[in-house]
Amino acid sequence: MERIQIIAIIGSLCFLGYVMWQIKKGKLREEYAFIWILSTFVLIVLSVWRNALEILAHTFGVIAPPNLLFAGALFAVLIYLLHLSLTVSKLQYENKTLAQELALLKQKIDKKEKA
Amino acid sequence: MNQTIRVAVIIPAYNEEASIASVVSAVHAASSDSIQLTPVVVNDCSKDSTKEIIGSLNCVALNLPINLGIGGAVQTGIKYAFDNGFDFCVQIDGDGQHPPQFIPVLEKELVANNWDVAIGSRYIEKEGFQSTFMRRTGIQYFQFLLKLITSENVTDSTSGMRMMNRKTMKLLYAYYPDEYPEPEALIIYNRNGLKFGEVPVQMNERMGGQSSIQGFGAVYYMFKVTIAIIFTYLRQ
Repeated sequence: MERIQIIAIIGSLCFLGYVMWQIKKGKLREEYAFIWILSTFVLIVLSVWRNALEILAHTFGVIAPPNLLFAGALFAVLIYLLHLSLTVSKLQYENKTLAQELALLKQKIDKKEKA
Repeated sequence: MNQTIRVAVIIPAYNEEASIASVVSAVHAASSDSIQLTPVVVNDCSKDSTKEIIGSLNCVALNLPINLGIGGAVQTGIKYAFDNGFDFCVQIDGDGQHPPQFIPVLEKELVANNWDVAIGSRYIEKEGFQSTFMRRTGIQYFQFLLKLITSENVTDSTSGMRMMNRKTMKLLYAYYPDEYPEPEALIIYNRNGLKFGEVPVQMNERMGGQSSIQGFGAVYYMFKVTIAIIFTYLRQ
């Protein structure tokens, strides 16, 4: 096993450990943790089994194997960012509804107290 | 049988301490036995003393805990008006641009034409404050765009002075755009089969506060509203 492989595996394992620690603390919801654990798993597989990338690149007809890795990673990040934008939009809508409810309820209470 | 018509006058206010008191008293002055106007001030988490001022005024004070932007503030007022059984609600600006004496005129036209929404327009009789050349050009562009996709002719699509019936309130209760809602709302009316029309009104120059649309904001405004108009039209 080459030095870079060992560094990559240690790095991936540290990342996995950090993700699991955040789940344990209850700071990361499991649905988001899933994608992070999955990507760490892919990284570990690629570090251990070095030929995997070349085989995949050959299958897809990509000449330089690292390009497949970059393209794949970029695409995955883009999709995940879109998912986050959707989540933020939903949260914003829910936040707005809550703020409005609160203002309407406060007015009701104020009116009762004044009467 | 002549029943009093109850109208909620929604006044969104963000840092309007200089003008809000006179706007509220102008609303009371325009109120009559046949049309009873209730000022509903929606304080959009102002940083100045708007909250304290409206607390001491004779009006319904709705204080939002976070800043929602003009659309979210107006929607809060619409929800209040719908939940409290008002016959109509009308939106006027908190900076004194919309004279409340035109509210009964809007109501009369809305009922007479069997509209769901009546929009106060500066550009039918071209009287009163006409805004700057750049703004008029922008408004003409929206007029063109709206005519293109809805075949309705709206001369003042950015006018916030709008009166609506309960059918419209119920629709906007569910969805109202957050930012720059006025032109987009016209498409929402059109897509939902609501009838609307314009009524000539005169507007004033703002008494205090600053427009949210200037400089780079104007470019963003045109872009965002164009996108919103097109996508709202495509949405079913």
